[in-house]
Formats: sequence, C-alpha cells, structure tokens
Amino acid sequence: MSRRFRFVFLSVLALSMLIAACQPAEPVIVTQEVVVTQEVQVVTTQEVQVQVPVEFTMESARLQAVKDSGQLRCGVNSGVRGFGFLNEQSEFVGFDIDFCRALAAAIFNDPEAVEFRPLTTPERFTALQTNEIDVLIRNTTWTFGRDVELGTDFGPTTFFDGQGMMVRKDSGFSSLDDMGGATICLQTGTTTELNLADAFNSRGLTYETLLFDTPEDTYKTYDEGRCDGATSDKSQLTGNRTGLATPADHVILPETMSKEPLGPVWAHGDQQWGDVVQWVVYGLIIAEEKGITSANVDQIVAGEIKDPEVARLLGLEGEFGALLGLAPDFMVNVIRTVGNYGEIYDRNLGPEGVDIPRAGTLNDLWTRGGLLYAPPWR
Amino acid sequence: MRAPAHLTDRIPLTTAYRLHSGLATRLAAILRDVRFLAFASQAVFVAAALAVGGWLVSNLLHALEALGLNLSFGFLQRTAGFVIGQGPAMERTDSFLRAYTVGLANSLQVIVVGLVLASLLGLLAGISLLSGNWLLRTVIRAYVEVMRNTPLLVQLFFLYFAVILQLPSLADRVVLGPVILSQRGVWLPRLIPSEGFNLWIGLATAGVLTGLVLYFRRVARRLRTGEETRPFVWAVGSLLIIVAAGWVLAGGRPITVEYARLEGLRMVGGTRLTPEFAGILFGLVLYTGAFIADIVRAGLLAVPHGQLEAARAIGLSELQVLRFVILPQALRVIVPPLTNQYLNLAKNSSLAIAVGFPDLYAVSKVIFSQSGQAVQTIAMMMFTYLVISLVISAVMNVINARLRIVER
Repeated sequence: MSRRFRFVFLSVLALSMLIAACQPAEPVIVTQEVVVTQEVQVVTTQEVQVQVPVEFTMESARLQAVKDSGQLRCGVNSGVRGFGFLNEQSEFVGFDIDFCRALAAAIFNDPEAVEFRPLTTPERFTALQTNEIDVLIRNTTWTFGRDVELGTDFGPTTFFDGQGMMVRKDSGFSSLDDMGGATICLQTGTTTELNLADAFNSRGLTYETLLFDTPEDTYKTYDEGRCDGATSDKSQLTGNRTGLATPADHVILPETMSKEPLGPVWAHGDQQWGDVVQWVVYGLIIAEEKGITSANVDQIVAGEIKDPEVARLLGLEGEFGALLGLAPDFMVNVIRTVGNYGEIYDRNLGPEGVDIPRAGTLNDLWTRGGLLYAPPWR
Repeated sequence: MRAPAHLTDRIPLTTAYRLHSGLATRLAAILRDVRFLAFASQAVFVAAALAVGGWLVSNLLHALEALGLNLSFGFLQRTAGFVIGQGPAMERTDSFLRAYTVGLANSLQVIVVGLVLASLLGLLAGISLLSGNWLLRTVIRAYVEVMRNTPLLVQLFFLYFAVILQLPSLADRVVLGPVILSQRGVWLPRLIPSEGFNLWIGLATAGVLTGLVLYFRRVARRLRTGEETRPFVWAVGSLLIIVAAGWVLAGGRPITVEYARLEGLRMVGGTRLTPEFAGILFGLVLYTGAFIADIVRAGLLAVPHGQLEAARAIGLSELQVLRFVILPQALRVIVPPLTNQYLNLAKNSSLAIAVGFPDLYAVSKVIFSQSGQAVQTIAMMMFTYLVISLVISAVMNVINARLRIVER
C-alpha cells in the first residue's frame, strides 16, 4: 500500500514539476518595471522628436522578410484570362501577374523573383490572414466589410470593373429585366452572388443560382447550356468568353450591376509594406502619364531630364527609394522590366490580349477622362 | 527493494552513507519500476500533446488578435445577402444560420436517399456477382471494378458534364409519357390532394387497418383450427373495397395529377429532380454501391455451403433458406464493413460542390468567404459532419449488436 502511494506521489510530483516549469511567473519584478518606465519618460521627452523621423525611415518587417527569403509570395488567380492565368507553357500571365512582377522588380530588380500562389476565391483572405502570402493581387474587389473586418488593407485600384451578365445571343435577352426565372451560373465566394441577389431582388425577378468552386467549372456548365446566363465582373466575362466553344454566340448585357474596384491587398498591420505596394502602383501610373516606357526609360535616365517629377520618379532627385527601403532607382528597374501601366494593360487586356476597350473608360488616365490618378511623387 | 535486515546488519556503514545509499537505491528502484515507467511515459506524452495543442491554439488566437479578428459566432445572425438555388427556400435577407441549415438539409437529403439506394444497388449487384448467368456476372463485375478503381471526383465530373448536361435543352426536351427529361432536370407528375382528399385518406387508412386485422385474425384461426382461411385474399379484398368506396364517396377525384409544363424560361409544376442533385446522388450511389456489392458477395460466400444444403434438406423453401439461414449469418459478416461504406458515403457527399449542388460544404464555403469567419465556419462544419458520422455509426452498432451470435 505504501509503495503504491509513494509511486503515485512521485508521479504526481514529477508531473506537477513539469507543469510548474511551463509557467513563467515572476510577479515581484512588475512593480520595479513600473518605476523604471516612469523615470525613462521624464528623461526622453526631449529625445522623442529626434527619434520619430528615424522610425519613419525604418524598413517594414515584411519587406525585410521578403528580402531575406529572396522571393515575393504573391497570391494570384490561375483561371481568369487576361488577369491571372496559367497558360499552356505553365507560365503565369496576366494583368495582376504583371503587378506582382513589378513589385518583385522594385524589391529585387528581378521580375522573376516571385513565387505565385494560385488561390481559389474563398481561400484568398485566409491566405493573407495566415501569412501564407505577402500580397494578394487577384482581381479582388475593395469593399467596406473586407477592408474593415477581415484584417486586410486595400491598395490603389488598378482596374475599375463592374459586374455584368453574359447570355447566349439566340436567347433573346436584351437586358436583365427579361431574365425573370432564369438560371445563372456563377463562382462561389465572391461579391458577385451578393450583387446578383441585389440586382434581381430590386427588379422583383426570381432566379436560380448554380454555384461552382472554380471559373473553369462555372463556364463549362454555362457553355453546356445548363444556365441561361453567367455572371461575373465584366472583365472576367470578356476573358472567359474567349474560352467558350463558340465565343461569338455570346454577348454581355449592357447593365452594370455593381462597382468593382480591383487592386492589391495586404494584411493589416504593416503600413510601411503597404506604402511599398501602393507607391509601386502609383509609380506605374505616373510613368504612363509622363510617357516613360520600357523602351525609352534608359534613354531618359541617360539624357537630360527637364521635368522634376520624372527625375524624382526615376531616383535622380530626392531619396524616395530609401524612404521605402528600396534602391534609389527602383522605378527604373520596374519600368525597364515590366513597363508602365499602359504597357501592362495593352499586353494583357488590349487587342493582343482579351481585348477590353480602354479609351474613354474608367480605366483610362485622368488626363484622358478616366479615373486613374496618382498623387504627386514628391 | 530494501535489502534484507541480516545483510544491512553485517555491513558497517555510517548513518549518512546509509541514508544516501537508501535514497539512491529507492530512487533507482522506482526508476526501474515498470508501472512507474508506464505511467510516467504516458504522463509525459499527454503533457506534450497538450502543450502542442495549446501552442497551436494560442498561435491561432494571437494571429487573429493581431488582425483584429475574434472567434465569436455572432456573425451567424447577420444577413446572408445571397440565395441558395436548391433545397428549402431561402431569402436574400435570411441569416447565415438559415443558409447553414439549408445546406445541412440538402446534405442530409443526399445522404439519406443515397444510403437507401446504395444499399439496394449493392445488394442486387452483390447477389448478381454470385449469379450463374455468365453475362450478368461479367457485366456487374466490370461495373464493380471500374467504380472501385477510379476516383470518385472523376466519376462525378463525368456523370455531370458528360452524361447529365448532354441531355437536350428545355426547348428540345424529351417527353417519355409523364416523365420529362432535359439538361435542366427531370420532371415527374406530382399528386396533389384536392377536395374530398381528407375523407378519402381517412377511409383508406381505415381500410388498411381493417385489412391488417382481418389478415391476422384469419392467420390465427388457420393455426388454431387447421382449416384454410385464405387470409391474404380477405385482407386485400376488404382493403380494395373500402378504398374504392371512399373514392366514390369523396366525389370521384380526391387526388389530381399535376404535370410539368413550360412557362417562360422554366418548367412549372410537377416534381423536379435537379441535374446537380441527380449528379451527386447517382455519383455516390454508383460508387458506394460497387463497394457494397463486393461486401455482400463476401458475406454470402462466408456462410458455409453445408448450411445451405442442410437447410434445403429439411425442406425449407428457397425464400425461407435465405430468410432464416443465409441472411442471419451473412449479415454478421456484412454489417461491420458496410458501416465503413455508409460513413464514406456521408463524407463523400461533401464533393457535391464539384457538380454545383449546394450541400453543407458548398454553403459553408460561401458563408465563410462572405463573412470572413473561416475558423468558426470550418469548426461548425467539422462538428456537423462528425455528428452525422457518429449517428450513422451508432445506428449500425445497434444493428450489429442485434445480429450478434447470442452465446449461452
């Protein structure tokens, strides 16, 4: 009996020591620390003004992490032609993809230093929240809920989109009002299904939805005739129409059901990293505004520059690169390897790509009546 | 393990040394004690498991806190803002919780109907695998092998895209009598109760009860007296007379048949089987049925042949042989692996999103991407699937216990 007791006692003792070892408890020092902080505050009141600007030039933790790993982890789409698409040569191509490359060029002077992480729509915010990716550039709509509630921050809009409806030409639909009772194919996990519900409810029309996980299944099912219409952002509809059996048989209705500002997204909490993403995008817009292209950027740098903003953008004046923790001429690297905003647009969405008209639309520069507008680079 | 007294007496030792040595030997003895080692190693393992689990949870909580998120379930009361295409009605203004229950109802519908159909298919195919008919046996064997050896997801895609969606469009729909086939679904006529239905159904119920009472009374009389009482004829006859009388009393039309008809873009009326429901249901049934077929075949073969011969020798009919000799023994072998297949079917139903059917998984995915509350939604979903699986297991365990050989 006593042996059994001793054995149990020793076991319990060993376990309790183990547990006790796991608990760091030093309550006595706390009171001392309070005293110390009070003293420090008195001494450093004068120094604060000196230290604050120093903190501003400090690099972001994420930028440092990206530099250390040698690669930018970019969350992208792999199934939307023109924006993020894995092509037949197993290369990621598209408008969003090029913004990832531009960021990599700004950080590493190498547009290939990107690890593309293809994500489905429901996965994308979780990937940001769990630090799986550094930046999400995956035709993501900026909304109040996502910005405020999901712990994500939105960068400048790179593409102003709106939700549309694709139907068969021979269906006889000329507007959404004709579509009462229709079956609509769409992809799950987007603002699309919410806008669709709003659009049909406000018109007092009934409808049925068919939700799929990937754009491939969605448009395949629509193509087979199971749905009367397919809905998504108009840019995606245009892109995916080219993948249908007979693209010419399908039209996109004129109505725009929603505002869809698409742009880069990053995890909340590292403003300096956000500044890097934001100003690379603005730099690309300013470059187009000033007529700097991948073809002429080296000549411009070599020659005499009259426009001071161009000099600042290309790192010949001021310390803008250093403030972001990047090379002084990072925009030169970006423009040389990826091109300016207009070049990115034309390459992917222009007539050579999925052919989404730009002139006179929201996606034109502000100087030509569009909404693309970058704050001054100074 | 204290040394015997006569030994310690003979060896002269200082008190300090003796004390030290005593403690050391005792400690050594405890460390060699198998019971202590077993207990300690398990305690260490539990502590390590708890530590790892705790670290994972605290890591999650820290990460969520850093992003300003929390683990509350309050979001379930918020307006969902989307509609679900199939299953119980859901409005745009209903809550996320309502959406979740709609998804659950759709899943349960697939699982319950799937379990019944897969069991029937498996039973028939399993018996066919032992059939003397070469053609039947070979065809069923080919079906079983193809289904068992290809991935379910591939089968679902094939069934949905290559079979169901290849049916003609609504405009060119196939009309087979009362059944309408198209890629938008299969429509069957629906029976609608009309005026006088209550009277008729009341009389019909009375007719069934009368038939049952008559049947058992006449069976009892046959057993008692030995005369032929024809219980079946009496039961069916009385049932038919009462139901027909009710039909006439109720005004001739207690039930009307509603056929589906095209109105605008959609069919109105009738009962509809949507292509997506058909896709996931038949995909699961065909897949699971193949596994059940082999289980049934193995169960039937497990009954010793002598039992069959003995049963025939004492003059039992073929039906009685199956009912009283073969099945009770085969089921003991069949039920445990069958439980696994039932669980597989329930869990595989989460592949429904591949064919666009809004089951629990598909709806949960919409909920967590619209609300952003991934952790809670996935936890709820896992818990729900766990409960479904445990219920299936519990039911099958009860059946298994009932079939057990009762030893005296």
